[in-house]
Amino acid sequence: MTNSWTDIKNTDLVVIMGGNAAEAHPCGFKWVTEAKHHRGAKLIVVDPRFNRSASVADYYAPIRPGSDIAFLMGVIRWCIENDRVQWDYVRNYTNVSHLVREDFGWADGMFTGYDAEKRSYDQTSWEYQIGEDGFVLTDETLEHPRSVWQLLKQHVEVYTPEFVENTCGTPKDRFLKICEMIGETSAPDKAMTSMYALGWTQHSKGAQNIRGMAMLQLLLGNIGIAGGGMNALRGHSNIQGLTDVGLMSNLVPGYLAMPRETEADFTTYMSTRGNKPLRPNQMSYWQNYGKFMVSFLKALWGDKATAGNGWGYDWLPKLDIVQYDAMRMFDMMKNGKVNTYFFQGFNALLSFPNRAKMTEAFSKLKLMVVMDPLATETASFWENHGIYNDVDSASIQTEVLELPTTCFAEDEGATVNSGRWLQWHWAGATPPGEAKSDVWIMSQIYLRVKKLYEEEGGTAPEPILNLSWDYENPEEPMPSELARELNGRALETLYDPADPTKVVLEAGQQLSGFGQMRDDGSTMGACWIYAGCWTEAGNMMARRDNSDPSGMGIFQNWSFAWPANRRVLYNRASCDPDGRPWDPNRTLIEWNGEKWAGADVPDIAVTAKPREVGPFIMNPEGTGRFFSRRLMRDGPFPTHMEPFESPMANPLNPEMRGNPVARVFADDLEKMATSAEFPFVATSYRLTEHFHFWTKHNRVNSVTQPEFFVEISKELAAEKGITKGTRVRVWSARGEIWAKAVVTKRIQPLICDGKPVHIIGIPIHWGFKGAARKGFGSNTLGPFVGDANIETPEFKAYLVNIELVEGNA
Amino acid sequence: MTERARQPVTAAANPPVSPLDSNLLPSDVVQASAISNTPMPDRLLDSVAKLIDVSKCIGCKACQSACIEWNDTYPEIEENVGVYENPHDLTPDMFTLMRFSEYENPESGDLEWLIRKDGCMHCADPGCLKACPAPGAIVQYSNGIVDFISDNCIGCGYCVTGCPFNIPRISRTAQVSKKCTLCSDRVAVGQGPACAKACPTQAITFGTKESQIALADERIADLKSRGYENAGLYDPQGVGGTHVMYVLHHADQPSLYSGLPDDPRISPVVAGWKGPAKTAGLAMIGLAVAGSVLHGIFAKPNAVSEEEEREAEDLVGDSRKEV
Amino acid sequence: MRRVYSAPGDRIETRRPVTVSRYRGFTRVNHWLAAACTIVLLLSGLAFFSPPLFFLTALFGGGATTRWLHPVIGIVLFFSFLVLFIQLWRLNLPRREDVEWARKTGDVLAGHGKNLPELGKFNAGQKTMFWGMAGLIVALSVSGVMIWEQQIPLWRDHAPVLASIPARRIAVAVHASAAFLMIMLFILHVYAAIWTRGTIRAMTRGTVTGGWAFRHHRKWLRELAGRQGAGPAE
Repeated sequence: MTNSWTDIKNTDLVVIMGGNAAEAHPCGFKWVTEAKHHRGAKLIVVDPRFNRSASVADYYAPIRPGSDIAFLMGVIRWCIENDRVQWDYVRNYTNVSHLVREDFGWADGMFTGYDAEKRSYDQTSWEYQIGEDGFVLTDETLEHPRSVWQLLKQHVEVYTPEFVENTCGTPKDRFLKICEMIGETSAPDKAMTSMYALGWTQHSKGAQNIRGMAMLQLLLGNIGIAGGGMNALRGHSNIQGLTDVGLMSNLVPGYLAMPRETEADFTTYMSTRGNKPLRPNQMSYWQNYGKFMVSFLKALWGDKATAGNGWGYDWLPKLDIVQYDAMRMFDMMKNGKVNTYFFQGFNALLSFPNRAKMTEAFSKLKLMVVMDPLATETASFWENHGIYNDVDSASIQTEVLELPTTCFAEDEGATVNSGRWLQWHWAGATPPGEAKSDVWIMSQIYLRVKKLYEEEGGTAPEPILNLSWDYENPEEPMPSELARELNGRALETLYDPADPTKVVLEAGQQLSGFGQMRDDGSTMGACWIYAGCWTEAGNMMARRDNSDPSGMGIFQNWSFAWPANRRVLYNRASCDPDGRPWDPNRTLIEWNGEKWAGADVPDIAVTAKPREVGPFIMNPEGTGRFFSRRLMRDGPFPTHMEPFESPMANPLNPEMRGNPVARVFADDLEKMATSAEFPFVATSYRLTEHFHFWTKHNRVNSVTQPEFFVEISKELAAEKGITKGTRVRVWSARGEIWAKAVVTKRIQPLICDGKPVHIIGIPIHWGFKGAARKGFGSNTLGPFVGDANIETPEFKAYLVNIELVEGNA
Repeated sequence: MTERARQPVTAAANPPVSPLDSNLLPSDVVQASAISNTPMPDRLLDSVAKLIDVSKCIGCKACQSACIEWNDTYPEIEENVGVYENPHDLTPDMFTLMRFSEYENPESGDLEWLIRKDGCMHCADPGCLKACPAPGAIVQYSNGIVDFISDNCIGCGYCVTGCPFNIPRISRTAQVSKKCTLCSDRVAVGQGPACAKACPTQAITFGTKESQIALADERIADLKSRGYENAGLYDPQGVGGTHVMYVLHHADQPSLYSGLPDDPRISPVVAGWKGPAKTAGLAMIGLAVAGSVLHGIFAKPNAVSEEEEREAEDLVGDSRKEV
Repeated sequence: MRRVYSAPGDRIETRRPVTVSRYRGFTRVNHWLAAACTIVLLLSGLAFFSPPLFFLTALFGGGATTRWLHPVIGIVLFFSFLVLFIQLWRLNLPRREDVEWARKTGDVLAGHGKNLPELGKFNAGQKTMFWGMAGLIVALSVSGVMIWEQQIPLWRDHAPVLASIPARRIAVAVHASAAFLMIMLFILHVYAAIWTRGTIRAMTRGTVTGGWAFRHHRKWLRELAGRQGAGPAE
């Protein structure tokens, strides 16, 4: 989230698209209710199903799964055509004036530089024209044919309302009504918020869906303002924390990069980072990259990390490929290239696509270790449960170790919510049986491996032996110790660079912010963005002051929001170029003549003068980007791409299948189905009554939603002779499931490319363990293909078939 | 002696941390089933109400879950029968239920998914209480809560027929009637109902009836501004008003909401046999008994005379003779 | 000689004085079973009928016990009465003399027996009682099972119409009304048995005096006399 849950109450228009906040985030959805009740805000829902969010919406439009980019580009086109643009914002705070290289282009749904063999783009041409001074060439008139503005206009030209209707199945009148409602928020004093979730990410072009809305929000001047922003609704209480602390194979904490094999030493690694500004005066905050990385390395290796050894850079693993995402790991596992796997709070048998492939992969493991508070299906993947898990147990030789862990309510620590708030929590219950905290388990493994290294030696002992492990109880570090380490502290006395006589921090004191980090080894901090969470003043995450003097839901003294306790990112953009708020009734910060001040922490150097420094300080341009350069693998503009399994050809290029650079493996691609055999579109989702695959273990949740079902329209039901509550079989090119049928008016067949498209809704919550009835999830059927940038599986749009079955199995 | 709990303000209020004495006492009962002369309480509690704003409700069932948890009930894990209602109906272990109906609005052409939290309405004139034959099994407190006192309940099910909203359910194990208590045990210590506390969108609120009507007015104005011209409050006067009220988008058609009665009232059949007819019947029985006794005392008994005995002998004899 | 006015087992037992066997042992036991059931039902039902009489549940061990006892006893009564019905329905069919007898109810009450027609085993009053009881017991049984809360799931599964709340409301009203009528009949029945001296022994000893039979059911007596005259002498 650029903003926070509580900020949503400040909005004038909520657009829920690519998510279902009422259903999957009911507690956060309260702030939509607040905005509606107290501000008269409107709610628009665009979704394949008339869902729980739609039930309280002011306006609803259906959309075919996987066609969001066409819709969003269509809205952008409409806004440009009808001059619903916040011009002051767009001209000053975005890169519309920047000139793009002459050799960049887009045709037939593809950008320049595609290599079909490698399934990737050569992105050389996706770049600005750089002047001799090292800065981007610009044309403030926006007339230059290579200006981002002109390229954008060209790019969206194809997405007419007719194109949208034909591609998305959204009736034109509904689409236009939504354009109008959205267009109104281009007024400087109007805000629109985008609430999205896995409805946008779980596509082979998920990141581009989100880009599409981000661009629209820039166009309307809705980024950085109260009640605006791009608000990703995280589907798990701490999934934000997971990405923050770098639990991805290609990241280290704080969104720093895991080194590549080609980056043999620290100097090489740093040579492509620490971006220089692309426009004069810009902060280009990543210039501080080295400070964050060195502090991280010091946190890892302590005294062992020195300038002489590149701060222990050598001891970090180096990636030989872009990343080992989960899909790649499971593909490798299936091919016998992985023999041990730890599933830590991860029920992959139900959450990753093509369950048959998962079972096959797990069966190739020698050792599976499952750390979980619950008995997961993954840990029992070898058990035969009839149709619900039809495996030949005798043929599976994998050894499974289950290590019961505590759950969130049984231990202490911080979870990071969607609004980037690190909220400390305390144990509310005693762990049952032999359950141990994850920290205890990991520590025990570490200490035992270390002992083996000490006693027996081995390959590359340094990362283990040099690891800093300075805890009161090495057997189980305390959450407070780990949190203090994430925050970071001074290792030597720090002096003010501007005034060397002035002591900033004594050695051993906690940092009060990432601004104090140094790249000379004098500070340590495991996750730079968390700096400030546990300062000399104590645990900022445990703060529980719910006073809100501004009345804008900022709650500065409730918990801690990264970065720097800032509640609305890019909040400099909430003011006009002279530093006056666009909407004086919703002032986050403003320039008081000397510095930036206000209810929120300014997202800019407090003394940075208006008109000098752009609001998007992380970007070397200082602006928000319509043209995203080489930052995304599938193009600098979002372009409509069909799902890999789609009922229609891509109207921009009938030969193109899915996202041409998506994460897909050759044998999986071959098995993709066509609409000839699998005529219906399946989409997966959550239900309010359950949380993932956890709550089916709970009786109360199981009472409220006891049994697996699929949802279909009355029309499809009539066609297939299915009535409500009967049993159906749904199958894809990868597997089959049995479910009860919910026949509803809330799913309507859509007319796309002149033909009706029927949608089958498949919730995800059932398995063969727990209190609820045995069932399936969507992943049995889903295709093994992931987003081009973030490898999220394409669960939201794929093809299936359905039939009525008699009896119970 | 601990402090007496205050009267509840809102459901959102946090619970007290120290023990409190109940503030909902037997002496606050103003009406009890099968007891005609309830003494007038020496104080009157503020009239309370739960307001269910259907236009804010997302059907998440947090209220159902909270209800199960707070009341410690144990509903069955049923099967899916093709609908979102689970359990499929109110049960003795499920005092409240989200009901879902899909309505195609003929005026706007839009689909509406009308979701209503069903449960006891806590009528000012409770049909259950009227129908109940067991003294004190159903009571009404001066704050409006209608509560079932299981210790006095005989499980006869008359309340089921008395209720205009089809709410009470008889437990097959405990053989007593069960329904929403409006969390009288929470209200007694200054808390609002568990469902209201759990509701994430504050579609369920709780407070004095006056405050809830004021809130409803605010909501109705908002709904009217969004084009719901018939938005209104459901506080049906046919049962004297209720202490659970709805804000409806279509207050002119309550039955759209999964059959919420358009004009609920205690069935005349029930009102009839529980009312004057019963008294008249008893009186007539009494008269019949008294009449018989009087007749027996004052009238000549219908006795057989000696002559008739002889005649019988003759008759019996005659018949022999005849043969 | 075919029986027209009498039931099997009715016979003249002694001739001087005359005693006539009116009800067999089995019938008497069954009658008292039905009577006992009726009394229990009446007391327990009245407890539910009217709050001031709820104290009567104490006789049966409290409200909850009374609640389950009542319908169970109701079933016993139903079958008990069913047997009586099978035994007696034929003799309770209306005959021409019943009309005349009924028209002269005043004479009955005034004791002017001479004006009354000769009757078979049952007079019109008794017949009305019989059919009234039969009808009310059916009505009470049907409405009773409909409001028998513990059986409602059964009706819901097999006869949903019966389980609907409007139907149950009507059933409750029917049950109460029928019970009221039944109570009235019961009072009448009991009082008539007391007022009409010599009647009760028919249901205790099983016999009545000849005079009683002569006075009240002369055709019946004639028939028995006729049949026994034709049969073997004593």
